[in-house]
Amino acid sequence: MTDQTPESISRIAQRFDSKPEMLVQVLQTIVQTHGWVSEDTIRQLAQELNLSRADVHGVVEYYHDFRTTKPGKHIVKICQAEACQAMGSRALTQHANTAVDDDTTIEAVYCLGNCACAPAVMVNGKTIGRVDAARFDSLVTAMREAE
Amino acid sequence: MSAIKIYVPRETTAVSVGADEVALEIARAAKKRGASIQLVRNGSWGACWLEPLVEVEVDGARIAYNNITPEDVPGLFDAGLLEGGDHDKRLGPIIEEKYLITQDRWTFWRCGLIEALSLEDFALHQGFKALRKAWEMGPDAVIDAVTESGLRGRGGAGFPAGIKWRTVADAAGEQKYIACNADEGDSGTFSDRMLMEGDPFGLIEAMAIAGFAVGASKGYIYLRSEYPLTNVILSRAIDMAREAGWLGDDIQGSGFDFDIELHLGAGSYVCGEETAMLESLEGKKGIVRYKPPLPAHEGLFGKPTVVNNVVTLASVPNIINMGGERYASMGVNRSKGTLAFQLAGNIKRGGLVEKSFGITLRELIEEYGGGTASGRPVKAVQVGGPLGAYLPDSQLDTPLDYEAFTEIGAMIGHGGIVVFDDTVDMALQARFAMEFCAIESCGKCTPCRIGSTRGVEVIDRMINDEKRDENYDLLVELCDTMEDASLCAMGGMTPYPVRSVLKHFAEDFASGGRNE
Repeated sequence: MTDQTPESISRIAQRFDSKPEMLVQVLQTIVQTHGWVSEDTIRQLAQELNLSRADVHGVVEYYHDFRTTKPGKHIVKICQAEACQAMGSRALTQHANTAVDDDTTIEAVYCLGNCACAPAVMVNGKTIGRVDAARFDSLVTAMREAE
Repeated sequence: MSAIKIYVPRETTAVSVGADEVALEIARAAKKRGASIQLVRNGSWGACWLEPLVEVEVDGARIAYNNITPEDVPGLFDAGLLEGGDHDKRLGPIIEEKYLITQDRWTFWRCGLIEALSLEDFALHQGFKALRKAWEMGPDAVIDAVTESGLRGRGGAGFPAGIKWRTVADAAGEQKYIACNADEGDSGTFSDRMLMEGDPFGLIEAMAIAGFAVGASKGYIYLRSEYPLTNVILSRAIDMAREAGWLGDDIQGSGFDFDIELHLGAGSYVCGEETAMLESLEGKKGIVRYKPPLPAHEGLFGKPTVVNNVVTLASVPNIINMGGERYASMGVNRSKGTLAFQLAGNIKRGGLVEKSFGITLRELIEEYGGGTASGRPVKAVQVGGPLGAYLPDSQLDTPLDYEAFTEIGAMIGHGGIVVFDDTVDMALQARFAMEFCAIESCGKCTPCRIGSTRGVEVIDRMINDEKRDENYDLLVELCDTMEDASLCAMGGMTPYPVRSVLKHFAEDFASGGRNE
């Protein structure tokens, strides 16, 4: 993840021809590239996409994916939906909260579509299935080693 | 000697349990041993509990080995993998497994069978045959075939696809759209994803047929962001189809123009609701629209739009190839054809099972699923995602038929079946239904926005055994209000799982439900 700069944001907006109807796609790309959306970025997008700041702000606030604070170095999403609940995701989430350092952001996600191999987590964008506490710990170790 | 084909799925579930690492290890081992192999990345057959599933083609037959880890690979080669040699994990031909051979694979027949990103393999397996036939038939006959098939919307609402297509075809206006709903948010569902990962050209062909039938030159796919691998595969497939002249202007010299734009969602469940999805496709907050006007009249950017789920669309090419009547001959009553059921949660043999309507839940869970993964008794089964009812054992013999499910206060939805064993606390599941609605409500209508939060509070009081009769009555009244007065299914159906818990699992509340 790199820092948001006016240039990087412009480049992303232009990839979508700075069309207002592409706002969700622009923001998704920004989050995938930079991890989050800053206040400055919201202001800049309003100008470049010819929208009001309220419009952009509203869309950013509406969608779960559009973080407005900088995430940690690693992002771990743990599925909290029913199929994973049936396989112990509540206990896994409790375990996970104690198993990672402060530089890891843990987020809830409602279904990764991996429901036949539950519980499922997503580590830095990769979906992993059949995760119990031990497997979670080895994922954290692998995540550290890959740093 | 030509290279020996080894199939390793590139599909989210298989990859989530190590398929990429297995593929890498197979390539390494083959190189080390000087064996000439061709790695084929297919989709999944849907037998998820066997993943990673490796198949090797020997004398035209595909011999499968199940649950392969990278550590297994050297031993597999030693055991003669390339000749289909014997091994503890050797299954034999996967298509002869009872799980698969007894299915009615109408929509998913290419999934697992072909290399997902090969136009050549696709063409060898009837790829684009239906689109060519559609051009010969003409738009009206295509819509008639879809109508005759009895195909209903597989996203959950079950609206007849042919009627929707006819409405858009008859609507006035130059610009019309096809919007494919791939925002598969229901827990326990993954059929859209498997189709897109295993047969992406099949969806592209289906959308082109829809476009031709209703007079739309542009299609959108709204794909949820939780499916990053699907995004990679589908994006590549769209590019490949365009390069090969199967998308764009004057497709294959037919005079028909059609192109597809892929959009990503951003983590909002309610964007699976068709009008919220259209708002999101327009770059806005995914807030539900009032209906009417129907999207078929005023949809995307105010233009007539066919909004169909992935599986609905992907069922069409075979309807064109084999005729609507053939599809309608499967299934029961007004539930014609097949549905790709998805066995999920606490289930021994989880995966995708495409069967004709009419099969019972018990048959699916016991005969295909093999019971719970934990080996404990089944306590509850949630069908149709977070807005679907929890069914107790006594209802498992209900045939899977849209109307039969409506009659018992349940729904089939997108065909997700989530199994819970007897350790589940159903009061918590009822609470979660309300909590999920509170998290995901788009906020437009009050019953959903406020009702869901009040619902969590009331259920918390019931769990804590405070004023039990009063709170029970209040919860029932709240469910009535949400059901009657919400704008869409989010608030309108959240009461389904809640009511089902009150009705069938009341003993899980400290109070044991209402004191009568």
